[in-house]
Amino acid sequence: MDTLIQEGPTIFGAFVTALRLALLAGMGALVLGIFTAAMRVSPVPPLRWTAAVYINLVRNTPLTVVFFIVVFGLPQVQIRLPFFTFAVIALGVYTATFVAEAIRSGIQSIPDGQLEAARSLGMTFPKTMRHVVLPQASRTVVAPMASVLIALVKNTSIASAFGVAEAMSAMTSLVNVHSSEVVMIMFVTACGYVLIALLIGRLFAWVERRTAVLR
Amino acid sequence: MSGSALFDAPGPLARRRILIASVLAGAGVALVAVLLIKRLAENGQFSADKWGPLLHEDKLFPFLAVGLMNTIIAAVIALALALPFGIVLAVGRRSRYRWLRILCAIYVDFVRGMPVLLLMFFFFLAFPILFQMDLPALWAVVLALTIFNGAIICEIVRAGLTSLPVGQYEAASAIGMRRMQIVRLILLPQALRAMLPALIGQFVILIKDSSLGFVIGYEELLARSQAAGLLFNNPLQIYAVTAAVYIVLNVSVSWLSHRISRRQARRDKGKQSVPPQSWQEPTTVPSLNK
Repeated sequence: MDTLIQEGPTIFGAFVTALRLALLAGMGALVLGIFTAAMRVSPVPPLRWTAAVYINLVRNTPLTVVFFIVVFGLPQVQIRLPFFTFAVIALGVYTATFVAEAIRSGIQSIPDGQLEAARSLGMTFPKTMRHVVLPQASRTVVAPMASVLIALVKNTSIASAFGVAEAMSAMTSLVNVHSSEVVMIMFVTACGYVLIALLIGRLFAWVERRTAVLR
Repeated sequence: MSGSALFDAPGPLARRRILIASVLAGAGVALVAVLLIKRLAENGQFSADKWGPLLHEDKLFPFLAVGLMNTIIAAVIALALALPFGIVLAVGRRSRYRWLRILCAIYVDFVRGMPVLLLMFFFFLAFPILFQMDLPALWAVVLALTIFNGAIICEIVRAGLTSLPVGQYEAASAIGMRRMQIVRLILLPQALRAMLPALIGQFVILIKDSSLGFVIGYEELLARSQAAGLLFNNPLQIYAVTAAVYIVLNVSVSWLSHRISRRQARRDKGKQSVPPQSWQEPTTVPSLNK
């Protein structure tokens, strides 16, 4: 118990780093994901194929392999950045594919009739997007987004193996120092992650409730 | 449906615009590809001494192949353990007894919130201290994957069970079957068949998560690739090959899941579909649009 009080700040700081990593990677993933989703549903074949190739390749590769390619591969082409930045890149590129798929499924969930009605009213593509597609798609997208975000926070733990001082690496070094309190330290770290996951889940459930429409 | 519903069948003007856009986009993509290749070539990434070992070293591919085998072994054992575990948890979560329901719910929601890596560290570091016995890396990986995926599979099976018409249970109970009989003989087979694509998808995720084993020293594909990359100083090439192997493996398994879901769709055309992705991350409020 004393170990906990003694090392509390360290653990807390480590989680803050993990959340910072998740936040930065998440924002990057959101931007890249929206862009990729737009490419994925566009009528221009080369854009569609590039997006499809990117999504399918990265989704079927483990995140650890993506990390290895970024952390050890980029220096081979003279791109040397801090480990934290590499982690943001790896997590962002990986998570963007899941964001893109979530958005695509949101767009596809809209009944055809909506789009037919919009067209028969003479709405142009940008107008359809703005008034019909995006408002409805964003409601369907919220639930999988929570999923993706929680997975992202959990995936930041992998950065610990690549030189980033976040929650998991703090746990392993604390376990080495206080080897008699292994279970307690691990339990606390687990609770930290679970707490974050539950909070994100609650937040998104609240958003879902606020934007839900009974069909 | 999908993308083609977003825009009308293109008329001649739209077709011309799309053609122009395609040419421009194609040129753009080609440009990016050329720059990428140039950058790689400038840094000698296409040179013989980077690709040489992959092409000429006799022992490299058997070395990596053993890694791949270890990956598959860990994934298959973990699935074989996690599947029954998950089913038991799912049934427990729908039990008559409140204490059992709560216990299973706590377990599932707790385990789903933590990273798999943490579980692997637990079995690698804490287990030997707690139980005074050494755990081989394989079993640390397998147990961690089982604990985690058991919870995920529980949610998948639960979604499947919830998607079944209530009439199934009522009819079975009307002819005198006991609860566990009904679950075992009527509900579970249908639920599992309905969720087969999702379960296979989870197997793909399991294969990807097995690569975390490298952190605790399990000699699976990624760990071996790392060793090879360090030995021959061609990490980019080796990891590209590793990624390709994982992609081929996962795409094959996913393709299998597609085939099964298509055959199922043909067989039961009128059935209600399962609410998508309701087994993923914990959102504590049930969705309003079922």
